[in-house]
Amino acid sequence: MRLSQGGKSAIPVVLFLIVGFAAPLLAVIWFSFMPPRSFSFGGAPTLENYATIFQGTNYISFLWSLSLAVTAVALLALVCYPVAYGLVRVFGKWAMLLTLLFTIPLFVSENIRLYGWVLFLIKNGVLLGTLKSMFGLQLESILFSLPAIILGMVYVYLPFMLFPMTLGISMVPNETRDAAFDLGASRWQVFKEVELPLSMPGVVIGFLLTFVLAIGAIAEAKVLGGQRVIPITHDIEIAFTYSQNWPLGAALSVLLMLVVGVLVLLALRRFDLDTFLGRR
Amino acid sequence: METRGQRFRHSLVTVWTLAVLVFLYLPTICITLASLTASRYFQFPINKWGLDWWQKTFSSIEIRQLLSTSITIALCVTAIAVTIAFFGALAFARYEWKGRSIYQKLILLPIFFPQSVLGLALLLWFNTLGFSLSWQTAVFAHLVWIIPVVTLVISIQVYSFDPALEEAAFDLGATRWQVLKEVTLPVLFPGLFSGALFAFLLSWGNFPLSLFTTGADTTVPEYLYAKMVAGYTPGVPVLGTVSTVGAAILLIGGYGAILAMRRAKAVE
Repeated sequence: MRLSQGGKSAIPVVLFLIVGFAAPLLAVIWFSFMPPRSFSFGGAPTLENYATIFQGTNYISFLWSLSLAVTAVALLALVCYPVAYGLVRVFGKWAMLLTLLFTIPLFVSENIRLYGWVLFLIKNGVLLGTLKSMFGLQLESILFSLPAIILGMVYVYLPFMLFPMTLGISMVPNETRDAAFDLGASRWQVFKEVELPLSMPGVVIGFLLTFVLAIGAIAEAKVLGGQRVIPITHDIEIAFTYSQNWPLGAALSVLLMLVVGVLVLLALRRFDLDTFLGRR
Repeated sequence: METRGQRFRHSLVTVWTLAVLVFLYLPTICITLASLTASRYFQFPINKWGLDWWQKTFSSIEIRQLLSTSITIALCVTAIAVTIAFFGALAFARYEWKGRSIYQKLILLPIFFPQSVLGLALLLWFNTLGFSLSWQTAVFAHLVWIIPVVTLVISIQVYSFDPALEEAAFDLGATRWQVLKEVTLPVLFPGLFSGALFAFLLSWGNFPLSLFTTGADTTVPEYLYAKMVAGYTPGVPVLGTVSTVGAAILLIGGYGAILAMRRAKAVE
């Protein structure tokens, strides 16, 4: 069979992703059916790991991860929409510079940035130290609590919501907005009937990206939450490291992959990437 | 159509955006402040300023080793990712072909995937293949995530590429190789450049993939994490500041270079 030019160019990427992405995932799926605490692929397949999970308390971590991710996504949507709107409609020539400023933190390891929050929030840190020395206020630190974890997530994943949203809003044609205004629509109606629906592709991508990242988050709960809340990723890591129960960790990973995979496939199914990225 | 209501809304949006920017940079400012403290423990307001910890951190052999591991990994990732993603982007955006729409979606899957789980999956996979973990396996792990990202970045440039340019060169008798070297690569260069920038910086800052795949070699983010969990070490803010400032310089410099390239082209 003769491959087309495009097919040929795709070969390196596709081969790499088969070896580096598909194969490891298949290995994880297979491993999740191995007897508990085994380290080889040779054992007789069993459903024991899944039974352990469904009878155990892992569902608590699952619920934590889900609710943290949903909360973070909802907050991010509220925080980012005005900014994305501004980048497209308000700031004009400043938009490029602002975009650059929003991009820089993306390239600094999230650990470092989360640690900055520790220094800000900790007792005698930047916030409480200032309040104490300037106003004589003695307050409890919110570090190592649930709000701190959510703050960390909103903070770390902000660019992943902001940029797709900006792309989405820039897809709303000015003429359509103006036409709606001319026909007597109120500001709110234009937002609800024109701007939001037309920018939906970008908004959906932003939701999806931040949700997936947030549900896979591991550092926020550890650095800012002080292990107050145990997310599912932490359970998985424990299974692979301290408790040396790889099949159990694999089974937990499979369940997480299922949740993420179904969501992503549902959202991407009807999505045309050419219009989104190339504007053709 | 500039009404008062609109002006009011616009200033609200501006204030909000500036507030979000402050929120984004607040931790970085805190880290920089902490790195300039001379005392063993961080306390605010700072009573003793100094660069002592900077000096101590940079004379440490361990830290130099960390930096060199991180840079080696990032450079390897950049070189391999840009090469593979260049062809990947051509398939993504340049050519019409049968499997294209499926291919475009498959490429996205590793990006829309929890990275910590991907790191563990790769750990299990390396173990199955009998590879011992080192910085080389970390390069491979980073690539799984970074190649798709770089493919997208380069694709955006490829979308604005006019295929007629290549065809014209072919008509003038250029070989396949000449067309690639004289037409395609120069035209796509800004895209390749930003792709390389993305690859380097994303690898440099990556934690979840490195955590499970570097074995005995340690990268800067891993080291920082280990120190953070263990308690306060003044070396952490110093390394953190270096990391942040380095990323900013690379990005602003790279952005400036792209602007300069565009301007040079406009003059031609």
